[in-house]
Amino acid sequence: MVNLCPVMSNPGWPLAKTVSQRTSRRESGAVQRKSRVSDRLGAWRSHHRLVASQSLQRLLTHPLASILTWMVIGIALALPASLFIALDNLQQLTGGWDSAARISVYLHDSVSESAGRRLGEKLLEKPEISDFSYISKAEALAEFSTLSGFGSVIDELPDNPLPAVVLLQPALGLGSAEALEVLVREVQQLPEVELAQMDVQWVQRLYRLMELGKRVTLALAALLGLGVLLVTGNTIRLAIESRREEIEVVKLVGGTDAYVRRPFIYTGVWYGFGGGIVAWFLLLGLVAWLDGAVAGLVGLYDSQFELHGLGVAGSALLLLAGVLLGLGGSWLAVSRHLGAIQPQ
Amino acid sequence: MIQFDNVSKRYSSGHEALNRLSFQVRRDEMVFLTGHSGAGKSTLLKLIMLMERPSAGQVLVNGQNLKKLGRRQIPYHRRRVGVVFQNHQLLFDRTVFDNVALPLLIAGYHPRDVGRRVRAALDKVGLLKREKQSPINLSGGEQQRVGIARAVVNKPLVLLADEPTGNLDPELSAEIMLLFKQFNQVGVTVLIATHDLALVARMPNRMMALRDGQLVPGHEQSGVALG
Ligand SMILES: Nc1ncnc2c1ncn2[C@@H]1O[C@H](COP(=O)(O)OP(=O)(O)O)[C@@H](O)[C@H]1O
Ligand SMILES: [Mg+2]
Repeated sequence: MVNLCPVMSNPGWPLAKTVSQRTSRRESGAVQRKSRVSDRLGAWRSHHRLVASQSLQRLLTHPLASILTWMVIGIALALPASLFIALDNLQQLTGGWDSAARISVYLHDSVSESAGRRLGEKLLEKPEISDFSYISKAEALAEFSTLSGFGSVIDELPDNPLPAVVLLQPALGLGSAEALEVLVREVQQLPEVELAQMDVQWVQRLYRLMELGKRVTLALAALLGLGVLLVTGNTIRLAIESRREEIEVVKLVGGTDAYVRRPFIYTGVWYGFGGGIVAWFLLLGLVAWLDGAVAGLVGLYDSQFELHGLGVAGSALLLLAGVLLGLGGSWLAVSRHLGAIQPQ
Repeated sequence: MIQFDNVSKRYSSGHEALNRLSFQVRRDEMVFLTGHSGAGKSTLLKLIMLMERPSAGQVLVNGQNLKKLGRRQIPYHRRRVGVVFQNHQLLFDRTVFDNVALPLLIAGYHPRDVGRRVRAALDKVGLLKREKQSPINLSGGEQQRVGIARAVVNKPLVLLADEPTGNLDPELSAEIMLLFKQFNQVGVTVLIATHDLALVARMPNRMMALRDGQLVPGHEQSGVALG
């Protein structure tokens, strides 16, 4: 286990000085006599606030050790999160490719435009086909020259080498890939058709790969999450060990388990939260760094694609994951080690 | 206030530290507990604090049978018993004020009451002027007095002290005893374990002598001074 912070280790129960300073300020105002119950509740709440802020302050008094822990947690969180971002972007990129799973039917040069359109209409009657479009030889050439950037070369060609195409859009969800393949073979037999081909296979392969990627990411996230849990747990364990004497005194003068636990739990939460923030900045940097490269690539392919970062919900989720793992880790350490410390 | 009925304590090592012990300490009393080292004095005090549980018999504090208190109720019991223990001294990473305030913060006192009570306790032990200092700058006798302030700040019913004058010279010891006497006079039941027989002899209070985990019969009534 990583022995990160043997020095920090002072979560500390609140010191009364801070409390009494607050009091005097409050007392100078018009203080109404509250009931005992709301008094207690107020004291409990202000105690929580105090423990929270003081455990953060204690972490900041050992900045090097704390930053080290935050970095470790941050990197462990950023790794799976960056994979999630990558997958998310791939999904957005391929989202448009559902419609790319289409059948291109290349026609013989002898087939006229009206005959080509009639063929399309006929095929549209089949339930597997939801839509078709006809691209004439001239349109195909125009599209190719703008997309390829070989416009001037193509202008020099004596005649148009591209065939007219009927693009068939398979009905989504209707029929399996095999059914479409059967259809493609049928279409291939038609006299007007030079070549019928389906682009669905590689899309499917890509989806399978992404499914695999998702699983790998989840497994990695689980492993690294466990790592964060253990790092926090171990750091808190060291903190507990170094405060043994103080814990004994607190228990001797009537500190409940919850009271003894509290500063350590808050320390764990701060570790997780800080780690989440580190991860957030790492991802921000990563996305910014990749954005330039992606923009260049996308420009080549004339796509509307834009690299997406975490977004608000993703950022919130990242921080929440950090906080929960920190909480879990400290809870682990606290429930394992605090009970054993008793005044002797 | 404190009642032992046939209490025995056998440690897991097999050693019998207390053997069928029965006695009572009344509400207004201040009692000395003496005996050789290893006689069982500390064990007796730990039973009252629920730092240990008896192997047999029962302990009652303020009418409450400690056997009936579960693990979760121990802290609340301890808040009503102030202790001055040799190996639970002051925390040197905070001021005298913060040391004394600890039991109040734990008990959930409202901040506006904490300062007042801490200063009252420090005033009683004569260390009001040292509240902002670290205990490390205080002499042994002063540290002991801060410990006493911490033990009484929560107005406990019972005050327990284990060798409170252990490292102090006779003059300072007498001062500490005077302090205990003052707390006893305002209604706190006081039980002091010590092997300093010379000191006890100068005090008019009742003394219980332990030997090998049992009370020495003759001693029980010697030097009785009620009230
Ligand atoms: N935790 C323990 N485990 C085993 N034996 C103990 C423990 N604490 C005390 N004892 C034994 O019990 C006896 C009484 O100890 P103690 O109550 O500390 O005596 P005193 O305070 O009078 O010196 C001693 O013989 C001591 O060795
Ligand atoms: Mg002892």
